Amino acid sequence: MRAKFVDLAGKVGRATVLALDEMGFAAHLLGKSVYWLFLGRRQRQPVRLDSVVTQAFEIGVQAIPILSVLTFTIGVMLAIQGIYTLKTFGAESRVTTGIALSLVREFSSLITGILVAGRSGSALAARLGTMTINQEIDALTVMGIDPIRYLVVPPLVAMVVMVPALTMWSHLVSLFAAGLYVSAALDISFSAYVQQVIDALRLADLAHGLAKSVIFAVLITLVGVVNGAAVTGGAEGVGRMTTRSVVHALSAIVITDMIFAFMVTR
Amino acid sequence: MTASINIEVDGLVAYYGERKVLKGIDLAVEDGEIMVIMGGSGSGKSTLLRHLLGLMLPAEGVVRLLGRDLAQLSSLEMLDLRRRMGVAFQSGALFSSLTVAENIMLPLQEHTDLDTKTMEIIAHLKLEVVSLAGFGHLMPAELSGGMIKRAALARAIVTDPKLLFCDEPSAGLDPVVSSSIDDLILRLRDAMGMTTVVVTHDLDSAFKIADRICVLDDGEVIALGNKDEIRASQSVRVQNLLNRRSEEVTLDTDAYLRRLLGES
Repeated sequence: MRAKFVDLAGKVGRATVLALDEMGFAAHLLGKSVYWLFLGRRQRQPVRLDSVVTQAFEIGVQAIPILSVLTFTIGVMLAIQGIYTLKTFGAESRVTTGIALSLVREFSSLITGILVAGRSGSALAARLGTMTINQEIDALTVMGIDPIRYLVVPPLVAMVVMVPALTMWSHLVSLFAAGLYVSAALDISFSAYVQQVIDALRLADLAHGLAKSVIFAVLITLVGVVNGAAVTGGAEGVGRMTTRSVVHALSAIVITDMIFAFMVTR
Repeated sequence: MTASINIEVDGLVAYYGERKVLKGIDLAVEDGEIMVIMGGSGSGKSTLLRHLLGLMLPAEGVVRLLGRDLAQLSSLEMLDLRRRMGVAFQSGALFSSLTVAENIMLPLQEHTDLDTKTMEIIAHLKLEVVSLAGFGHLMPAELSGGMIKRAALARAIVTDPKLLFCDEPSAGLDPVVSSSIDDLILRLRDAMGMTTVVVTHDLDSAFKIADRICVLDDGEVIALGNKDEIRASQSVRVQNLLNRRSEEVTLDTDAYLRRLLGES
């Protein structure tokens, strides 16, 4: 019994140390990234704009079709559930307020974060992991090219720009989709629905969703890089850490979302 | 007049966890010399190379490149020193998302203000040096093993470094291609005067290109000298290493198969 307890305590201790170690590494990555972003040019090692643009295209533009499908669906689902729930109280005419606030403050940024984590966060982890086992990171280092500046800063900047942009797009698509259903189900005009949305939303609601999306962007990048850099053991290791990266990023997004809501919404 | 020492290792000790993998290495490589670090698997030669490249810092001892103690350098000083080093990794370590020419131009893009046209000309010249002219537009995945090694060498020398490090340059290649890579390393040294460190377990290659050979075994230098001195070494461990090939060739495969099948 005692041996089992000691064994369990050892496992918990090792996991805690590993988690702290990874958090420390993530903080180091973030600090160095900010350093290279703002002081790289002074050291004659600027962050290449073309790399940022390439990453932004992959992270942002290429995600638009699938994100549109997902957020359109979420918008319609929320409208269906909202009307169904409020009908119980005879208040279905107030559904637009609920939909607008839920989508803009919560769901759009969350769905966008989840999609980007699954799509681009995993790709980042797999890419860095493959580069690690192929000695490409070592090659960059010995060429005098800082791997953080060359490999981490471009996706970080691209994420911080593109995740809020995608979140804005999600707002538009999901509100549009919800509007189509609401106007048909409640027999109101689409323009009346739009007016209700405008009346329901404040600038602070928009800022709430966008601020979260920036945090999600940083989390997705750091989790991807930390897991990618930790790859060992060939292709199997790349697969294992890519999966781990997605699981960690999704967990980080949902937990951060809850903390953010707790801190800001009450 | 004695040649200057470009690479100096003094009492280098390294650990992986609790295990001591380098047990006090002393080594000096002179300007323009080709030093081959030789040893079997697990002898510590890759760990020694990682220390020479500044990818690991010594637990004890000192590594000096071009007179500078790597452990004492700031990260910016280290970056500056690395611009004077070229490294050809065992796997080539070419960036799979870039063409061969773009791989070769990368150090120039990052460390110089040269315009693209000039960088393309330099990359073309380096590809010619390694007999890969006309292959610059290919992706690394389209190259053979020997071509990847050549491209890696071209990238390593693109900034005309003072120090060149090659990790297992002939590993995984057939004898003809392996020999051509050896010739290339010799030609590069003669043409560019670089101080070169080659890590290998290939005896033929080692004895072909080395000015001096450092033999490692179990984390220790067991022999250091020119080719004749190594061949004449009385050390049993050195002779075991030198004769390893013939031991492998004399393996009785028929007897081994009979044992596997349970026959007497």
